[in-house]
Amino acid sequence: MTPATVVTGLGVAAPNGLGLEPYWSAVLAGRGAIGRVSRFDPSSYPAQLAGEISGFVAEDHLPGRLLPQTDRMTRIALVGADWALEDAGVVPQTLPEYDMGVITASHSGGFEFGQRELQALWSKGGRYVSAYQSFAWFYAVNSGQISIRNGMRGPSGVVVSDQAGGLDAIAQARRQIRKGTPLIVSGAIDASICPWGWVAQLASDRISRSSDPRRAYLPFDDDAAGHVPGEGGALLILEDADYARARGARRIYAEIAGHAATFDPPPGSSRGPGLQRAVEQALADADAAPDEVDVVFADAAAVPELDRAEAEALTKVFGPRAVPVTAPKTMTGRLYSGAAPLDVATACLSIRDGVIPPTVHTALSAHYDLDLVSGSPRSAPVRTALVLARGYGGFNSAVVVRAPRP
Amino acid sequence: MPANPFTLDDLKSILREGAGADEGVDLDADILDSEFDALGYESLAMLETAGRIEREYGISLDEEAFADARTPRALLSLVNERLSSAQAV
Amino acid sequence: MSTGHGRQVVVTGIGVTAPGGTGTKGFWQLLTDGRTATRRISLFDPAAFRSQIAAEVDFDAEASGLSPQEIRRMDRAAQLAVVTAREAAADSGLAFHTLDPGRMGVTIGSAVGATTGLDEEYRTVSDGGRRELVDHEYAVPHLYNYMVPSSFAAEVAWAVGAEGPATVVSTGCTSGLDAVGYAAEVIRDGGADVMVAGATEAPISPITVACFDAIKATTPRNDDPEHASRPFDASRNGFVLGEGAAVFVLEDGESARRRGAHIYAEIAGYATRSNAFHMTGLRPDGKEMAEAIRVAMAEARINPEDIDYINAHGSGTKQNDRHETAAFKLSLGEAAHRTPVSSIKSMVGHSLGAVGSIELAASALAMEHHVVPPTANLHTPDPECDLDYTPLTAREHRTDTVLSVGSGFGGFQSAVVLARPDRRKR
Repeated sequence: MTPATVVTGLGVAAPNGLGLEPYWSAVLAGRGAIGRVSRFDPSSYPAQLAGEISGFVAEDHLPGRLLPQTDRMTRIALVGADWALEDAGVVPQTLPEYDMGVITASHSGGFEFGQRELQALWSKGGRYVSAYQSFAWFYAVNSGQISIRNGMRGPSGVVVSDQAGGLDAIAQARRQIRKGTPLIVSGAIDASICPWGWVAQLASDRISRSSDPRRAYLPFDDDAAGHVPGEGGALLILEDADYARARGARRIYAEIAGHAATFDPPPGSSRGPGLQRAVEQALADADAAPDEVDVVFADAAAVPELDRAEAEALTKVFGPRAVPVTAPKTMTGRLYSGAAPLDVATACLSIRDGVIPPTVHTALSAHYDLDLVSGSPRSAPVRTALVLARGYGGFNSAVVVRAPRP
Repeated sequence: MPANPFTLDDLKSILREGAGADEGVDLDADILDSEFDALGYESLAMLETAGRIEREYGISLDEEAFADARTPRALLSLVNERLSSAQAV
Repeated sequence: MSTGHGRQVVVTGIGVTAPGGTGTKGFWQLLTDGRTATRRISLFDPAAFRSQIAAEVDFDAEASGLSPQEIRRMDRAAQLAVVTAREAAADSGLAFHTLDPGRMGVTIGSAVGATTGLDEEYRTVSDGGRRELVDHEYAVPHLYNYMVPSSFAAEVAWAVGAEGPATVVSTGCTSGLDAVGYAAEVIRDGGADVMVAGATEAPISPITVACFDAIKATTPRNDDPEHASRPFDASRNGFVLGEGAAVFVLEDGESARRRGAHIYAEIAGYATRSNAFHMTGLRPDGKEMAEAIRVAMAEARINPEDIDYINAHGSGTKQNDRHETAAFKLSLGEAAHRTPVSSIKSMVGHSLGAVGSIELAASALAMEHHVVPPTANLHTPDPECDLDYTPLTAREHRTDTVLSVGSGFGGFQSAVVLARPDRRKR
């Protein structure tokens, strides 16, 4: 039998909670963190709301030598990886170096660092570009820096598939575990809330222009009009189940039981979007029937056409209102590749505590036949969760998270 | 010596700003003859440092001579030499 | 769904867009002639930079068959990827429209994504770096596609009609090997039957040149661009930036044979390891690259003496070429001294994330023609680089198994073994 890949540690950095338990209690209380952008003056832009992480002081966590060479997303990722390892009770220095790898997703790299260096280049000249620019902004930087900080010499990797990448990274980690590397740090942290990142985001035409934090990001609502960008995500410790047990892991949150990724047909095709296929294939990969799924963590794009596609896919696979659906990301904004790993972490906690966290602010549109968990959390035994993520351009990814086998 | 010599304090502030400081190292101790490596600055940090010195002082440092300047004392002397000859021109 | 484990993954189509020649044919001609495509940069005025040399692709998007809409919305790297993917698709002889699109995926490697497009657009929205609060009114509609390079995979998926797993792999300068390794694993895993996989890069822009200037990684040999890339030579002093793309059609071996496809090679082994040492530095012992090589050989079930040709990373920096030489000796032992090695970066430059795929294409073509491409500009070997680097001229040589390696910022060390698919009874 293929060895099971299990989640043994969670490192969470979300706008509404820095660290696992602060995040979880915020989510259960329905406490969001969407507000006016504070990292720069957003007055001149048509969108001004974001889910920002406040209170993260890199100096409190990281060596001084790392700070000049790291973008904000890398600093948060390094700390997130530390927290995940700590949560898993893993001391990397005590494990064989090739037994550990790092596979993360990235969305836009260190965009804020990149803006600073582009500004130096064009305002002052090439000699003003930092020696660290050659890697501090690029997509591979978080995997590289996490592997260096923790002495992890096993297979590492980086995938970019917009928001779907967060799940693709977890799937690639599972592949490496199956191939024989017993422990992989996986997931993603993104943070590109800077003027240059903001302008690039705005070009996607998917950003909400509302100025009311309670009305800005409303997936599956008749008033859905785009999303609010956020920063953060989650890093997870994934292990071969036998390895985790043998090292006496203090807990196994869940198993990564299934995955599938698909790509939408080109615009104008008669075939429907690929999300439904991703769901069906991920369930088949997990050997799970639709009625075994206790909760779906939706992609929740809050773009009417995309909401419709997601609702239709869920209704077709599960039946009308047949499975609880939720989008705690309504509290944080969309975290790009960080979003789905955070949802996987949240699914682990749902399984642990038997509670489904709510979607906030949304009033479910009558057009969607969904059982949307909204307003307050719902107590329910959760054994199997489905996490969905879609990326700009047509990327779909689905992961099945299941309670650990006894 | 040039009129406004490049001092150890100048070097330390450039190091701190450009490459940060290793918590295990006291830059305010007597470091003139410590190797940069021992102070926690590897070659990449030194490249950043070189770039900053060149920009701030408007000089250009010979790449090999810079690589050979392994201690603050050697680097100060190299930079001051360049500053003197730049002023002499 | 078909079960994937134990499936053989083979290369049935190759597309290359590299400096110095048109298409796969032009590329191979350049390599076997031992000519170099490194020149003074023409894509922008490089006068203000330390290193002013690059290997540029002579690329005309329109003549390459891209529509005006495609040209408008795509960064140069995406354009290179799409054109090259189309060449690979045609070369494979595979009737793509008859395939189940859901069983076909795309993996594209790139280290720096749409950095050239981002550099240009930043200049506009910032008014030449004067505005910190950059102006969205001046942003092009496709700026988000530049920001997130998964757009490369999307464009290629549309171009070939793939609706299975699609992604970009971005592991710095090993991206081109890792993207192919990733795709092979997807096929073996049963996630797809056909993968269009490869890598692209168009990094020749002021910001990229400036960032390598800052760490003196690129050569300043501006007075002699044609001989500026000198892997393994004692006089080497940095790499020459390049650009380009190479894309492959990878298939399940059994179905490729069933349709009578021409099979270039099997992706017989792949591994990547991290040095966990430094974002840009390498340890002289080459230990992690050696480990990647050993694991890739084990997966391919071959021994060091089975390797007929080593396609080196050979970037031409002081530290890389020694690191790599040490890694070959560590992983291959005595066989390292008997196996021809070469670095085509001497001719086509270092196209960062793309070059791993371009080098895999050269490796597959070496098997196709039983010719080992040379290392150009290698006149006086570094005494610490004491292997057979195939200096100056291509060599006829029976080539059934090739090892291709890469090394990159972030500490990534990757190795791919290409072999004849029928070399052993299965």
